[in-house]
Amino acid sequence: MTEHTFSTPTTLPSAGVSAGDAALFRPAPGAAPMWRMVAAQAAMELRVMLRHGEQFLLTMVIPVLLLVGFTLTEVLDVGGGSRVDALTPGVLALAVMSTSFTGLAIGTGFERRYGVLKRLGATPLSRFGLLAAKTLAVLGVQAIQMTVLCAVALGLGWSPSAGIPAALAALTLILLATAAFASLALLMAGTLRAEATLAGANLVYVLMLGLGGVLFPTSSFPEPLERAVSVLPITALASGLRSVLVDGSVPGIGAFAVLAVWTAVGALLASRLFRWE
Amino acid sequence: MDTAAVEVVDLVKRYGATTAVTGLTFTARRGAVTALLGPNGAGKTSTIEICEGFRRADGGSVRVLGRDPVADAAALKPRVGVMPQSGGVPTGARTAEWLHLMASFHTRPIAPGLLLERLGLTSASRTPFRRLSGGQQQRLSLACAVVGRPELVFLDEPTAGLDPQARMAAWDLVASLRAAGVAVILTTHHMDEAERLADHVVIVDHGSVVAEGSPSELTGDRREVRFSASAALDTGALRAALPEGGAVAAAEAVGGGREYVVTAGGTDALGPEFLATVAAWCASEGVLAEDLRLRRRTLEDVFLELTGRELRD
Repeated sequence: MTEHTFSTPTTLPSAGVSAGDAALFRPAPGAAPMWRMVAAQAAMELRVMLRHGEQFLLTMVIPVLLLVGFTLTEVLDVGGGSRVDALTPGVLALAVMSTSFTGLAIGTGFERRYGVLKRLGATPLSRFGLLAAKTLAVLGVQAIQMTVLCAVALGLGWSPSAGIPAALAALTLILLATAAFASLALLMAGTLRAEATLAGANLVYVLMLGLGGVLFPTSSFPEPLERAVSVLPITALASGLRSVLVDGSVPGIGAFAVLAVWTAVGALLASRLFRWE
Repeated sequence: MDTAAVEVVDLVKRYGATTAVTGLTFTARRGAVTALLGPNGAGKTSTIEICEGFRRADGGSVRVLGRDPVADAAALKPRVGVMPQSGGVPTGARTAEWLHLMASFHTRPIAPGLLLERLGLTSASRTPFRRLSGGQQQRLSLACAVVGRPELVFLDEPTAGLDPQARMAAWDLVASLRAAGVAVILTTHHMDEAERLADHVVIVDHGSVVAEGSPSELTGDRREVRFSASAALDTGALRAALPEGGAVAAAEAVGGGREYVVTAGGTDALGPEFLATVAAWCASEGVLAEDLRLRRRTLEDVFLELTGRELRD
């Protein structure tokens, strides 16, 4: 019996479609203004980043624990002077890297793997719009990180020495470092498998934490090693922030140059090699 | 006015040494449902992804709403809804917030709440995508494809993994789209789905179209009589009892026994008397014809005749 009803055209469900229904689905396409799409996408990216457990651990919990732990204990030799003053610039640099490199690489890698980037490519949101949204979300998370870390540091007795020019230099360093880390993150996420990105981004995080002058200045390293790590983006950012926040001086052109070169190389390679699916 | 929503002519797509699509041609009208049917690897998804602008054709021409899917991608995107076979949503995004995001990309979207309700997702509004069941993920994906009020939607296996109720809801939505004048192009493995929903069925195999038409054009009005019997019958004797042109075929029935398919020479020849002849012959042989029925050829019969019965990867 069922075979009969299936092949009878009068059983098309359209027989039961109401007029209101037809009005609901009547085509009325149109792309929203670019700024609205970017704002909506950025808000979504921000929520997904903040909600993600492992990312929250990496971006908030670990930096706060490092700052509090090494300030309150004598385990680590941070040189003379106030412990919190010595530690805070490096921890801020680590926080920037955790969001704009590690978090962005892993998040984007899995979005690529799960077809999210491809699916978004079928919406009116352009690729430029998607990158703009990701940038805004990363800056949003970093603003939260900076606020929390500075509040914790101040609570521990941090007394940064920074005038207006030095503070502007610090802000420029952070923005430039974000651009460098983000382009390297996208290069990784857009070319490697998601699992490889996950492992690689975490490995880089740990290596940079140890080698990049995050917890102590690289001046304590042997000379050749110090020279080698000075071209890493994390070292440039950490040492630049340290000279601003500890010494109150605008860092030399070297730190800016290192970050600018990483940004240029990373962005060029990412724009050439990034695969959306 | 150009009424074709999609026009594909002699489409060719190669991946390295293999040619996935080998000169495929079909047209999809506005306000109609076009179903692409075919075994796995027949070239359905490649064809759809070229129409969506995700892949470039290696030959032939494709016009989507009168435009080029790659060159005019930016202009087409707001007008075309896409439902991929799976995924497409970040695992941590919640059902309603993702649909709201998709809605916010459009100027006159359907209210997300209405769509969630229609597709039975209201109670899962706050559930992250990774914790939705497969069927719920499919339904969210379907909602995302239509929320921007597109002129054309591509649905790649829209009811895969849906339970019967969810499948009905999805079918109902497709019927509403059609009634509203939207062009719907879907791929499916469910023959009953194509038979029930599609105005136009395109059967694809080995990268090209092997048959197309409305479901009734494809199945024709050929009827057959089927019944099963526990004992083996003398099919030659049955055929001899039939009018000129009748034929009998036997096949292994599900759960043992034999199933017999009796066909008449012409469409008109299979009437009440023909059925009575079959029943009378069974009675004379003392055979109880179980599940005796008069049946139309289904799309599945046609599909298997055209694409064969061997398994595909």
